[in-house]
Amino acid sequence: MLQFIFNRFLTMIAMMLALSFVCFFIIQLPPGDVISAYAAELAASGDSGGLVVEQLRERYGLDQPFYVQYLKWVRNLLIGDLGYSFNLSKPVSEIISGRIGISLLVECMALVVLWGIAIPIGIYSAVRRYSAGDIFATIFGFIGLAVPNFLLALLIMYAVFIFTGTAVEGLFSAEYANAPWTPGRIWDFLTHVWVPVLVISTGGAAHIIRILRANLLDELGKPYVVTARAKGMAESRLIMRYPVRVAMIPLVATVGWVLPTIISSSIVTAIVLNLPTLSPILLRSLLSQDMHLAGALILFMGMLTLVGTLISDMLLIWIDPRIRTGMMDA
Amino acid sequence: MQLIRMAQMIEVTTMPETHPKKVLEVRDLSIGFSMQDRVVEVVKKISFDVNQGEILCVVGESGSGKSVTARALMRIARPGKILNGSIRLYDDAGRCVDITELDEQSEDMRAVRGDRIGMVFQEPMSSLSPVHTIGEQIIETILLHRNMTAGKARQEAIEALRRVQIPDPETAIDKYSFELSGGMRQRAMIAMALSCEPEILIADEPTTALDVTTQAEILRLIKRLQSELGMSVIFITHDMGVVAEVADRVAVMYHGEITEIGTVEQIFHKPAAKYTRHLIGASSRFTITGDQDRGGTLPRDGAKKMLEVRNLNLTFRKSTGILFRKVTEFNALKDVSFSLAEGENLGIVGESGSGKTTLVRALVGLLKTDSGTAMYQSDDGREFDLLQPNALRNAGLNREIRMVFQDPFSSLNPRMTVEQVIAEPLVMERKHSRSDIRKRVANLLDRVGLPSNVLSRYPHAFSGGQRQRISIARALAVNPRMIIADEATSALDGSIRSQILDLLFDLQSELGLSYMFVGHDLGVVRYFCDRIAVMHNGSLVEIGDAASVCQRPERDYTKQLIGAVPGTDPSNRRLILT
Repeated sequence: MLQFIFNRFLTMIAMMLALSFVCFFIIQLPPGDVISAYAAELAASGDSGGLVVEQLRERYGLDQPFYVQYLKWVRNLLIGDLGYSFNLSKPVSEIISGRIGISLLVECMALVVLWGIAIPIGIYSAVRRYSAGDIFATIFGFIGLAVPNFLLALLIMYAVFIFTGTAVEGLFSAEYANAPWTPGRIWDFLTHVWVPVLVISTGGAAHIIRILRANLLDELGKPYVVTARAKGMAESRLIMRYPVRVAMIPLVATVGWVLPTIISSSIVTAIVLNLPTLSPILLRSLLSQDMHLAGALILFMGMLTLVGTLISDMLLIWIDPRIRTGMMDA
Repeated sequence: MQLIRMAQMIEVTTMPETHPKKVLEVRDLSIGFSMQDRVVEVVKKISFDVNQGEILCVVGESGSGKSVTARALMRIARPGKILNGSIRLYDDAGRCVDITELDEQSEDMRAVRGDRIGMVFQEPMSSLSPVHTIGEQIIETILLHRNMTAGKARQEAIEALRRVQIPDPETAIDKYSFELSGGMRQRAMIAMALSCEPEILIADEPTTALDVTTQAEILRLIKRLQSELGMSVIFITHDMGVVAEVADRVAVMYHGEITEIGTVEQIFHKPAAKYTRHLIGASSRFTITGDQDRGGTLPRDGAKKMLEVRNLNLTFRKSTGILFRKVTEFNALKDVSFSLAEGENLGIVGESGSGKTTLVRALVGLLKTDSGTAMYQSDDGREFDLLQPNALRNAGLNREIRMVFQDPFSSLNPRMTVEQVIAEPLVMERKHSRSDIRKRVANLLDRVGLPSNVLSRYPHAFSGGQRQRISIARALAVNPRMIIADEATSALDGSIRSQILDLLFDLQSELGLSYMFVGHDLGVVRYFCDRIAVMHNGSLVEIGDAASVCQRPERDYTKQLIGAVPGTDPSNRRLILT
């Protein structure tokens, strides 16, 4: 078991190295280098800044061959220097650390709500197939799938504005935006955060409901369910213990894709709602070719995917003994 | 306590004839399935009793309603509904409860399930949860019905496993079902059904998915437990051989009705209903002791050799790990040598895992061998080594050897019509016109006994036997010389099996085919084949004339295999010695 996890871990490190190389390649893709873009900007504003530019060139090794630049970049990464965002005039690490907490919080809340509503509804839909409730959940599901998240966000904003006269936007009111965490700020946060949480979770929930319903319908007809019934188990307990556990396995396997959504999910929603999360930053950096920032975010997403995959592998081992033995042999 | 109880039971079981005490009384039971606009009655007003300490076999072909009856007794027949009738369950004191009057989900009904009636199913792999240990599943059953601590329940579960002779039950209890062999899984299943010592055990085709040797062990086990625990058993099967071995009484079901019910001697020696006689007739064809030679189509002496296999070796290698590579090896075929003459039927028998399917797959090029040769004489006298990649294909002769597979449900593409399925090999040859192909397909269907108006229908519209006919038609489409039938009749019921085998015989005399017939049912192989090769752990342990292998086996393993075949006469049991 530990051996297996250790092997997976080593593989992950190897993958991360490969990933960093790809990210660096992406950073290097635009013609010229970031410094020349910055220098051009400085020149346009009338500041020659030749010395600063040279210093920066040296710091990032831009006058050296590709592999040296790459090694320097990796070394800088390891000591926490993710580069400099010339667009926002801040170190990348500062930008990310300032926003990642909120991103994480919003995404986690959305995830909890998403799974919290999707799993019970999915189970209900499968067990009471074609009942009024199932049909309702199906309709709800397809509407959730079909309505773009940003549209839902706009609708909610509009409705709230009509009924209460206040605008729900961002995650804090102006007076709390940069305040420390006090009970007042937490309350303020909660009154704002429900909109993005609701918007992000409904779209995802529809998806999970459909998958879980389909998986569970397959499992409900399996002979082992009949066996459990023949033991004299109560139906509700039986369903949770046997088919639901098996039907959850494919969903657990998708956990790996959930982590990177902390950065990339719901970009449009975040922009519409003006959320201080990472996803608008990703879009902005890509648009303005702020390659240090974009590269760092892409690298981050890749790493989160790898870590998420490792986590879902470990969860799978825990939940499905067939995989456990299969992987042990591996 | 256990001893006293057992003593009491033995006392009761030794005199079932003198004091037949009813434990279950079924009267006028009808079961139906709701379709969109009507109810289809699948079980029609059946009545029978089960006495204490007896084995009642319910026998019939698939679709006769025997399984749904068994499930209705436990009220787990959903979506089937009980339309009318009563199911009375009597306890020791003579009190009775009518199961049809209980609510399916009620606590009273759940108290009957698992505690007073236990059930064992056909497919032990899929009937046990894939994600729980067998211990968890047995302990759960015990805790549902008995008020005891988890630790005590675990002890009981270990005892239950010991009772079904699972070796080292203290370790086995923490195993998952996929870590056990088929026979062990079925034992675990039985242990679970018996963990609360029910009065009635319902066994629904418990040995159909098992090898003949494992089947013999399980039958002996059920018989022994039945007399030890003094319980009644309702044993559902389609195999008359199994009935002859274990039954005290027999109920014959046909189209949802009980056509005949009586003691096993009556049923076998003085069958009253025509259908019963038909069932017995169909099964007695497959006796291994008979002296029959197959339908007068034996190959002439000195027929020329068609296939000569020499020292065939095949190893499965599984390489695992990305950083630390490990290779595990499994010798699936060890020095296998045999030959096949033109017009001959060679049977290959063995337990699952013995390598028989691997062997035929290697011969048709589906698996790569390590060493050995398989020289094949083509129709035009040329010689090829089948083990060379694409030997026949390169010579344009891959149509000469065709396969028919075991499962008629999954070996036909559900999205292709019958015509497309059968025509595909012809289309692949790219030398026939459309109208020509159409004519040949109609001709083939006629040959395998299907009407030509089925051409545009899809496989799901056919029964198992009909689908196997379609598979055979597909194999025949390109005029093969040799057909490899891999367990081709194993999934079929007795009388349909006979029909398919007869069809294969007819095709042989018409078209001069040779067959390699892989099977685990010695009776069927004996009936169909001229020579039999016995495989065990990847080696070919014995090969010879069908009659001599079956009646004068030389190797111990062959003797063991033959000793495990059920007989056909209840007064002369082969497996269960009384």
